[in-house]
Amino acid sequence: YCLSGHPTLPCNVLKFKSTTIMLDCGLDMTSTLNFLPLPLVQSPRLSNLPGWSLKDGNAFLDKIYIIPSLSFRRANNLSTVDVILISNYALYDALPIHTRHTGFTAQCMPRNHQCQKAQSASLLLPSPLKDAVEVSTWRRCYTMQEVNSALSKIQLVGYSQKIELFGAVQVTPLSSGYALGSSNWIIQSHYEKVSYVSGSSLLTTHPQPMDQASLKNSDVLVLTGLTQIPTANPDGMVGEFCSNLALTVRNGGNVLVPCYPSGVIYDLLECLYQYIDSAGLSSVPLYFISPVANSSLEFSQIFAEWLCHNKQSKVYLPEPPFPHAELIQTNKLKHYPSIHGDFSNDFRQPCVVFTGHPSLRFGDVVHFMELWGKSSLNTVIFTEPDFSYLEALAPYQPLAMKCIYCPIDTRLNFIQVSKLLKEVQPLHVVCPEQYTQPPPAQSHRMDLMIDCQPPAMSYRRAEVLALPFKRRYEKIEIMPELADSLVPMEIKPGISLATVSAVLHTKDNKHLLQPPPRPAQPTSGKKRKRVSDDVPDCKVLKPLLSGSIPVEQFVQTLEKHGFSDIKVEDTAKGHIVLLQEAETLIQIEEDSTHIICDNDEMLRVRLRDLVLKFLQKF
Amino acid sequence: MPEIRVTPLGAGQDVGRSCILVSIAGKNVMLDCGMHMGFNDDRRFPDFSYITQNGRLTDFLDCVIISHFHLDHCGALPYFSEMVGYDGPIYMTHPTQAICPILLEDYRKIAVDKKGEANFFTSQMIKDCMKKVVAVHLHQTVQVHDELEIKAYYAGHVLGAAMFQIKVGSESVVYTGDYNMTPDRHLGAAWIDKCRPNLLITESTYATTIRDSKRCRERDFLKKVHETVERGGKVLIPVFALGRAQELCILLETFWERMNLKVPIYFSTGLTEKANHYYKLFIPWTNQKIRKTFVQRNMFEFKHIKAFDRAFADNPGPMVVFATPGMLHAGQSLQIFRKWAGNEKNMVIMPGYCVQGTVGHKILSGQRKLEMEGRQVLEVKMQVEYMSFSAHADAKGIMQLVGQAEPESVLLVHGEAKKMEFLKQKIEQELRVSCYMPANGETVTLPTSPSIPVGISLGLLKREMAQGLLPEAKKPRLLHGTLIMKDSNFRLVSSEQALKELGLAEHQLRFTCRVHLHDTRKEQETALRVYSHLKSVLKDHCVQHLPDGSVTVESVLLQAAAPSEDPGTKVLLVSWTYQDEELGSFLTSLLKKGLPQAPS
Repeated sequence: YCLSGHPTLPCNVLKFKSTTIMLDCGLDMTSTLNFLPLPLVQSPRLSNLPGWSLKDGNAFLDKIYIIPSLSFRRANNLSTVDVILISNYALYDALPIHTRHTGFTAQCMPRNHQCQKAQSASLLLPSPLKDAVEVSTWRRCYTMQEVNSALSKIQLVGYSQKIELFGAVQVTPLSSGYALGSSNWIIQSHYEKVSYVSGSSLLTTHPQPMDQASLKNSDVLVLTGLTQIPTANPDGMVGEFCSNLALTVRNGGNVLVPCYPSGVIYDLLECLYQYIDSAGLSSVPLYFISPVANSSLEFSQIFAEWLCHNKQSKVYLPEPPFPHAELIQTNKLKHYPSIHGDFSNDFRQPCVVFTGHPSLRFGDVVHFMELWGKSSLNTVIFTEPDFSYLEALAPYQPLAMKCIYCPIDTRLNFIQVSKLLKEVQPLHVVCPEQYTQPPPAQSHRMDLMIDCQPPAMSYRRAEVLALPFKRRYEKIEIMPELADSLVPMEIKPGISLATVSAVLHTKDNKHLLQPPPRPAQPTSGKKRKRVSDDVPDCKVLKPLLSGSIPVEQFVQTLEKHGFSDIKVEDTAKGHIVLLQEAETLIQIEEDSTHIICDNDEMLRVRLRDLVLKFLQKF
Repeated sequence: MPEIRVTPLGAGQDVGRSCILVSIAGKNVMLDCGMHMGFNDDRRFPDFSYITQNGRLTDFLDCVIISHFHLDHCGALPYFSEMVGYDGPIYMTHPTQAICPILLEDYRKIAVDKKGEANFFTSQMIKDCMKKVVAVHLHQTVQVHDELEIKAYYAGHVLGAAMFQIKVGSESVVYTGDYNMTPDRHLGAAWIDKCRPNLLITESTYATTIRDSKRCRERDFLKKVHETVERGGKVLIPVFALGRAQELCILLETFWERMNLKVPIYFSTGLTEKANHYYKLFIPWTNQKIRKTFVQRNMFEFKHIKAFDRAFADNPGPMVVFATPGMLHAGQSLQIFRKWAGNEKNMVIMPGYCVQGTVGHKILSGQRKLEMEGRQVLEVKMQVEYMSFSAHADAKGIMQLVGQAEPESVLLVHGEAKKMEFLKQKIEQELRVSCYMPANGETVTLPTSPSIPVGISLGLLKREMAQGLLPEAKKPRLLHGTLIMKDSNFRLVSSEQALKELGLAEHQLRFTCRVHLHDTRKEQETALRVYSHLKSVLKDHCVQHLPDGSVTVESVLLQAAAPSEDPGTKVLLVSWTYQDEELGSFLTSLLKKGLPQAPS
């Protein structure tokens, strides 16, 4: 199932072996661009702008969320989702909404909602809080309480930790190299393997490099979250970012960087750390304004285990892994929870301000746009690729300040994807439809699409795709006692068979074969009360037979066992053995034997056993 | 029969130089590689020549696992890997990897530079050794190679201490290292899931002690320190650089703040200071409270505690000094101890366990006249206090962990023989789990009976499960199938499928019995009578009367025919396949007895 039309903010549901797994639940915020910015002070200019709807929280919420939710509900009830796997910090904004809705249905259905998330949720914890703070004041989308209750359902997991889901499937997160704690997921049973690759990066920035080896031998690879700007080179963009920043500051202007409070900002700060000294700008203050600025910076320092090797070895010295610690110590970088309070006292121009939200619709960034927009000395630099910068700026027009678009998106581009696929060689690739054709704006760029063999299977929003593999085997354990009692027969060279009769125990989706109980002692004596007591249990299965009976040997055996007067007739298909004395007829053919006799049980059983000697049982 | 073999090379009925060899399903793993603090000769390192007489260690051992950075668990590592020679992987957690080389270097300095020992490992060897280390995360499952996997659990003993689960197929061993079941001021409690290992190897340092509540001990400690400084005495607290030191620092720091005391607290320079820094960077390994508050205030930034200088020891007036090492066997703590020992106003508080042979052990056992190097005799007049702040699990904690993991058997190491004996009995009686306590060099062999995993075809499994869901599912049902063994691939399929896969034709064995019935009526009526008779007897079976006049019971076919010679007798042909043997046989004997009189 696919619930999201946005390829970078996926929300897919995978049904696999009776478990339902939701893969990520991002909130598509681009529709915020249709709304007016929420300024600090009501500005008559803004409210008089035509063409933008006024803020209407509920309508807005319904628009972005209810659509995917309903389409899913039509197919399935949301509360049947057993587990939600989150791959990175940007992709769980919708989590509170999901949990709230399942909370509703929980009354009638057993609630099985356990959330597992990449290990650094404690790092990521600030960002939902941030969302809640901004969001709940702005448009009651979800309340703080709902966020907390959603977070309480989160279970933290570490890379390569194997988690059993109801004994049926095993999920394993792997480092994806995109952001601190971001992960790809492997969902596997004993015989099948589905990999979910979302927002991965092969570039070395700060997080642990992507784990590719474990993705090998997948039956299906689900690919989402590729770069949104396939034509831009992140390294070049960072360079451009720095030079533009320097230029503006030298001219006495201020720089505004709308960004999220974690993720790329760490890399930007690190670049600036090296750059400002060489550019002679060390006196320019950097401000980082976000309700979670402090915790975001602090948390980044203590997750050394999730960082790339370089940063890890720094900790061993011991030194803080990120240079922004030094920036803070030397007072070059200052962080504030908001523009109120201390910030207004310390504020000094020219300066560089990092703040959110990148859509320019809410958060402290709105204030800075209003403040600095009129001067052509100032510059706003967009680094987040999630929003179209032209649309984001639209309500602020006319704008005197310079606008520079340096999107930095380290996620996989198409060339890297083909390299990755070559390396990993999954049997099938599944990806959003958008990735299978060139972008509409550049339809001649055939290189901007996924190219693999066999062709990738694409899905569209609200479409259900059956994954092309059939499950044929399941793991079962045989108790050693039972295994000892098995008698294998070699049928063909290298292939042995053994008949197994055992009691099947199934618990928590794990199967175990135990030796059959000893047959109950036949009830002594002949105290039959009713005939029906004696009805045999037809559920005792008799083995199948195979092989054929050589007539001559069979006749010899019969003679040995005291049958005389045997007459053999040849027929079209086989032979008929006549035991004239007993009025018994045995038809022997290639694949069947038919014993026709009078109602003489003793005789029949004797004949049966003789025939069975020639046959193999299964 | 598969088995697990365990041989302690160190820490068998002893504390110190932990080193345990485990063979599990043909894989050899070495757990810890420690040194013994009580010895200064060959006995301080485990006897690695035991592992292989000739041949390289690398070929014999699949991996080495280090549980935490204490020297009695990692002290012999450079000797083992560089001087004896081992190139395979060494697994440890990130904090251990960070701190271990520093402690090793420190240890090396004391041994070589101060005692002038030759033939000791060098700094370069420590570095080379650390290059072989692979760091693991908590709960991360590391595939050492195809079959062998290890997984770390939080142990809480010191920063980065971990318990390890070693698993090959369905057999597993858990090694606890040192652990602590009660959370303290800076670390959380050890935790393990119900992983049901075949064997749990646990430390048993405090096998006989059940400690009173932590709070009481802390209050006691603070009271003693406070009293001593009030009357102008000096307090010496020998600690190891990491672990207790941080806990006690936090404790004293908060106490000093609350009581507004001005008496100086020092900790020995270098190590402890650096150690605090490690704690700051490895916050995720500490306890919840510190993790939650660290953004506002990092607990490891102390206000009242300053670095110690050697000259301070002679300062007049009260003071509190944390000095390394913890067992008073060498270094700064011993120096200070010598200076202060003569004054009864002073006090030394031993917050941890002391190995036999160390000065710490001697004074704790009541010795008041110590023979030092150079035949000097040191008279100890200062007060000696022992406070168990060691982060080892006590008897209760060990039992608790055994209960958590539910192992098939338990093996005790890292403890004194007498105490082990007591705990062994307790475990065997209370938990009904067999328990071992081998001495060094003694091997324990445990037979295991692993289940054999095979693949079952889904069709067969589903068929069986569907039938298992019937109301009378209580009755054990027999699953019937065929196991195909091809190379080392085991698959369980239904018999039909097996025949098909191997290209074998099924051989049908059919029986037809003639049953003579006395019945003058027509065949159809006879059939009808048979039908109603069978229907009444065989209530659980599917009895059907087919339009062509025949009767079926399940898949057994009955047909009535009238032989020409005698109209009064009907012949009933009962026909079944070998698979219906029981039913067919039953039917014939039933019908032989004749039909009940028809209701007229």
